[in-house]
Amino acid sequence: MQAGAATEPLTGNMDQTTEYKPVFVGERRQQLDDVFKRYPNKQAALLPALWIAQDEQGWISEATMAEVAEVLDLTAAYVKGVVTFYTMYHEHPVGEHFIQVCTTSPCNVCGAEGVVEAFLEHTGCGELGATSPDGKYTVIEVECLGACGFVTPVLIDDDFHDSVTGEKVPELLARYR
Amino acid sequence: MGYPHKPHPKETVLLSEDFGDAEARTYDGWIKRGGYKALEKALSMDRAAIIDEVKESGLRGRGGAGFPAGVKWNFMPKEPTGPHYLCCNADESEPGTFKDREILRWTPHALIEGCAITQYAIQAEVCYIYIRGEFTEAIEVMERALAEAYERGVLGGNAMGTGKRIDMYVHRGAGAYICGEETALMNSIEGQRGNPRIKPPFPAVRGLFGRPTTINNVETLASVAHIISRGSEWYKSLSLNNPRSTGTKLFSVCGQVKRPGNYEVVMGFPLKDLIYDLCGGMNDGRTLKACIPGGSSVPILNREETEACLLDYEGCQEVGTMLGSGGVIVLDDSADMVYQIMRLAHFYAHESCAQCTQCREGTGWTTRILRRILAGEGEMKDLDLLLDLADHMTGRTICPLADSCAAPVVSGINKFRGEFEAYIKGEKPATLAAV
Repeated sequence: MQAGAATEPLTGNMDQTTEYKPVFVGERRQQLDDVFKRYPNKQAALLPALWIAQDEQGWISEATMAEVAEVLDLTAAYVKGVVTFYTMYHEHPVGEHFIQVCTTSPCNVCGAEGVVEAFLEHTGCGELGATSPDGKYTVIEVECLGACGFVTPVLIDDDFHDSVTGEKVPELLARYR
Repeated sequence: MGYPHKPHPKETVLLSEDFGDAEARTYDGWIKRGGYKALEKALSMDRAAIIDEVKESGLRGRGGAGFPAGVKWNFMPKEPTGPHYLCCNADESEPGTFKDREILRWTPHALIEGCAITQYAIQAEVCYIYIRGEFTEAIEVMERALAEAYERGVLGGNAMGTGKRIDMYVHRGAGAYICGEETALMNSIEGQRGNPRIKPPFPAVRGLFGRPTTINNVETLASVAHIISRGSEWYKSLSLNNPRSTGTKLFSVCGQVKRPGNYEVVMGFPLKDLIYDLCGGMNDGRTLKACIPGGSSVPILNREETEACLLDYEGCQEVGTMLGSGGVIVLDDSADMVYQIMRLAHFYAHESCAQCTQCREGTGWTTRILRRILAGEGEMKDLDLLLDLADHMTGRTICPLADSCAAPVVSGINKFRGEFEAYIKGEKPATLAAV
């Protein structure tokens, strides 16, 4: 650590040069206040609050965790413990389009691994979890999407696509430029 | 199989009648189909009478455990000293299962009606419908239906004009199979990590927010309205094999079969008819090798057992497996059992909450041994090690996730040992790169 660095406030920002923009102001704050009405305590609003934050910022940074902790009267460490438990909260920035391909047994036995390969190739991601050089895509394998009768199910952002095959991948990706 | 789906003559459609019909998603469409009459009837009934009717009907939990729904409701305190809760378990994540998804997507009002009746019966003003985070469409449809139900006065402070309060909210999960376990689900609603709780205390005593709580599966709750409108005697008559298994059941069929999809049949229906008739049989030139009839957590059946299996709680037990969630995974002679069992073990290792040592270590270790065998580096003693590990993972943890990992491994080795040995002896070329 450089001299003087210890006096800097610990914001937890990945990028210390940009100022953190809070999520829960204006409409987003209103959205959270509506969520509070559904539960007998504030902590129960944690999962919904994280969804709102991710929706706004695309991922959950440590600074976001700190803000969520503050608005829910929790500690940042507690919030981090919860964020890291669930697979759908991104702890790192991801591509503009987030692609999840199911590869659990029922899909696997029907050729899901070929679909994964096609996505890796056509997005330019190359490997699972990596974002394509143009920042457009991130592809991951996901465990059971609960649509085993419609192999291979793929979730792109919030859109569900069923019966995806390797051949259909380029056409599908064309809709997410 | 897509929708609309023309039911096979051998199907008995009760829950799935409106699958594929977008009109049934709306409040008006649901009313046109006789919707909310059961709720109206229930709200004029004595609470105890509703619980008795459901108990008498023989309705058992459709999420996997098969516990009688009415008996569960009866555990709730009759003289409330504070709030009670109902949780609808829509965290459908068991590999091979995709039935609740269709109820949520196509008949959201059927679920709202079932939940509202149950809430009244167990004196729960609030119900949380816990939907897995990946079910984006189901969440949207359900939210829209709930908004409509509030607007039309089905829900809210004066539910159905009775002056009673019935509230219902969607709680979105965020990617964790374990949250389908009822106590993990409650922790997840409370804003915690989805770790299962030690029982007792059972949820009916100390559940969500420390209050008496009942957790029921989507399909169970959606069946309730039918029982209230047509009576327990009628529901009981829907049974082909054993009087302890009643009603219809949705079976999600997937894997290597001609027409995968959801099929609704009466309890006790032969598994072989489901596969060979309703689903059109195996793909051309293929034969049936194995079947997992109740979602990936239950023991695997070989062909003979599959063809003898009757689909109800007792029928499945008789051939050494469980009805589970009704997720039927079909595998033909081209399937590599060792590879598929490794994939299942990998699933459980990925989904372990890591609280219990047997599960945290056991699921990962099991996966690594299976990968080693697939890489051609296995030894005969690895099979004994897998079985020994499975023994330590069965019945020794807070929740049954470790047991679920052990079930396919043990049944797989016992029934398809030759396939494991072929990799070990080098008779079959390695499928995975050396580790």
